[in-house]
Amino acid sequence: MSATIPYEYKYLRAKKRFPHVWCPGCGIGIVMGSIIRAVDAMGWEKDDIVMVSGIGCTSRMPVYVDFNTLHATHGRGLAFGTGVKMANPDLNVMAVLGDGDSLAIGGNHIIHAARRNIDITAVIVNNNNYGMTGGQFSPTTPLGARTSTTPYGMIEPGFDVCRLMDGAGASFVARGTVYHVTELDNMILKAFKKKGFSVVEALAPCPTNFGRANRLGGPVEMMKLLKDNTINLSQLKAMKPDQTEGKIVRGIFVDNDSISYGDKYAALCENARKAAEAGK
Amino acid sequence: MIVPWGETRLVQGNEAVALGAIAAGIDFFAGYPITPSTEIAELLAQYMPLLDKKWIQMEDEIASVSALIGGRLAGSKSMTATSGPGFSLMQEGLGYACMTEVPIVVVNVMRGGPSTGLPTQAAQGDVMQARWGTHGDHPVIALAPCDVRECFELTVRAFNLSEIFRTPVILLPDEIIGHMRERVVFPRKEDVHVVPMSVPDVPVEWYEHYHESTSNVSPMASFGSGYRYHVTGLMHDVHGFPTRKKDEVQAKMDRLKHKITRRLDELEDVRMHEVEESSVVIFAYGSVYRSALAAQAILKKKRKTVGIFRPVTLWPFPDRTVKEMLDSKDVVLVPELNQGQLIHEVERMTRDSVRVVPLHRIDGYAITPEEIVDAVLEVI
Repeated sequence: MSATIPYEYKYLRAKKRFPHVWCPGCGIGIVMGSIIRAVDAMGWEKDDIVMVSGIGCTSRMPVYVDFNTLHATHGRGLAFGTGVKMANPDLNVMAVLGDGDSLAIGGNHIIHAARRNIDITAVIVNNNNYGMTGGQFSPTTPLGARTSTTPYGMIEPGFDVCRLMDGAGASFVARGTVYHVTELDNMILKAFKKKGFSVVEALAPCPTNFGRANRLGGPVEMMKLLKDNTINLSQLKAMKPDQTEGKIVRGIFVDNDSISYGDKYAALCENARKAAEAGK
Repeated sequence: MIVPWGETRLVQGNEAVALGAIAAGIDFFAGYPITPSTEIAELLAQYMPLLDKKWIQMEDEIASVSALIGGRLAGSKSMTATSGPGFSLMQEGLGYACMTEVPIVVVNVMRGGPSTGLPTQAAQGDVMQARWGTHGDHPVIALAPCDVRECFELTVRAFNLSEIFRTPVILLPDEIIGHMRERVVFPRKEDVHVVPMSVPDVPVEWYEHYHESTSNVSPMASFGSGYRYHVTGLMHDVHGFPTRKKDEVQAKMDRLKHKITRRLDELEDVRMHEVEESSVVIFAYGSVYRSALAAQAILKKKRKTVGIFRPVTLWPFPDRTVKEMLDSKDVVLVPELNQGQLIHEVERMTRDSVRVVPLHRIDGYAITPEEIVDAVLEVI
């Protein structure tokens, strides 16, 4: 009996670039699987896809997928991606970013990408710390948590990624986890379909750094935490306020139809040319 | 018609840069406002939509240079314009573009520094930043115009060189040149040489994003053209994938260097006036060169002959020509709007018997012809 090769393989640089750099129990590979399934559902050609990233564990993803791939500088994935999308609006541009990459060093770029409503999908893998450099605190590290740079506990409040992106003007904002994979697949698919700036935050475990520093157990225990500590929007409605305390809410928080920056720019060019011709 | 081909116009230096960019076939501009370069962004914001080209104001200079790299990878000739503080922020992207061999053009209209410094006044303080501003080792290409027509010509040349060498090219007008207005006789369109973006012609499976040799560059495929490849600022192999293999690292670093240092003849651009017959030579570039020309005329009336040596391409530095032409002189006067930058290169290429004399001005004002005349009379 011959083994069946999953269809995801055709989107991977499977023979050349593996094994990957991620630790056992890391959630980033699961997010990569969700992205690939959503790409397949969209029916996009690999030639027409650009995956950009910044620097960090999540940002190593582009090397493994067989698209046009751009591993940029730390925090700048969306700025590089904005250039790609402007230059060739026919390309389907996605950015895969970590929490530190997108919200600390890249914080300026992500709020302006959202405000501008550039037609890019940003997938933020939030593992609550900087994994690549050995587990320092990030803008999403929870209060009190231990990391290598908060040995006495985190005293800064963290960002709520989804509220931040809603406030900045993103057209689509959702939060899922790598435990709820089908839900995550669906969120990324909807984000790809959205014209304008779309964001999916994927909560993911980092057993090697964050998990160990906070005695959260191994990969299995950390997966259980994602299952037990999160609720979806309909659960939220059905539950009493005291039952939802400390729970992280999953779901699609923003889903607006608004004109993307690229479409507005194309209209601007057309109007400017018409006005110039009329003025002649 | 935005570029006044074949016509004579009164034009500002920054305006000439914008027109030069259009002439060179700019497809994408991303920038951030900063004095004294802003006119370039403003004029392109006006022109580019009329040509169906892309223009965007980014959230900062780091984003601007990053967007340029993305833009060029997706098949658009890309340029930004900035000044000292913004140029410092762009070093990150410049290093990335050098490493990944992506052709972009960065215009730095030099103002007084350090820090916020003198935003509206001239300096030549960023010459060494252009050369050594990024971390790591690599050569760069930088050009310095001395008049408004040259702002036009060198912008076109900057685009051409960036495509030929697959590397960022820096244009370094000083504020005086950027804001000066002069009569410009524009060339006819057919007389301007524009290098198109290269397109690979090999089958997809043969495509190597970087040249296998240690001195050449490959045609660069654009995203979406069917050649799928990886781009990373990590050290990489010819396909663009990360590597730490010592042979591949060495080959990459050699190529970054040799692709420029082995083709110096195509890059060197030196203008000389009466250098051969003079024992005293003024070495000047940018706006200072204009004062040197006026000083030369004043000295001629006093029956003193001095030569002028002007590098147009500042980087790579014209080592051989400086050695050949200046090593036998008595005195080389190096007036600069800084505390001494290119003078060290002149000293490096001349023997101790040549007196290399500095003339600095760092108060935001131009070096006048009279100052140069006085300095010459003092040394001869």
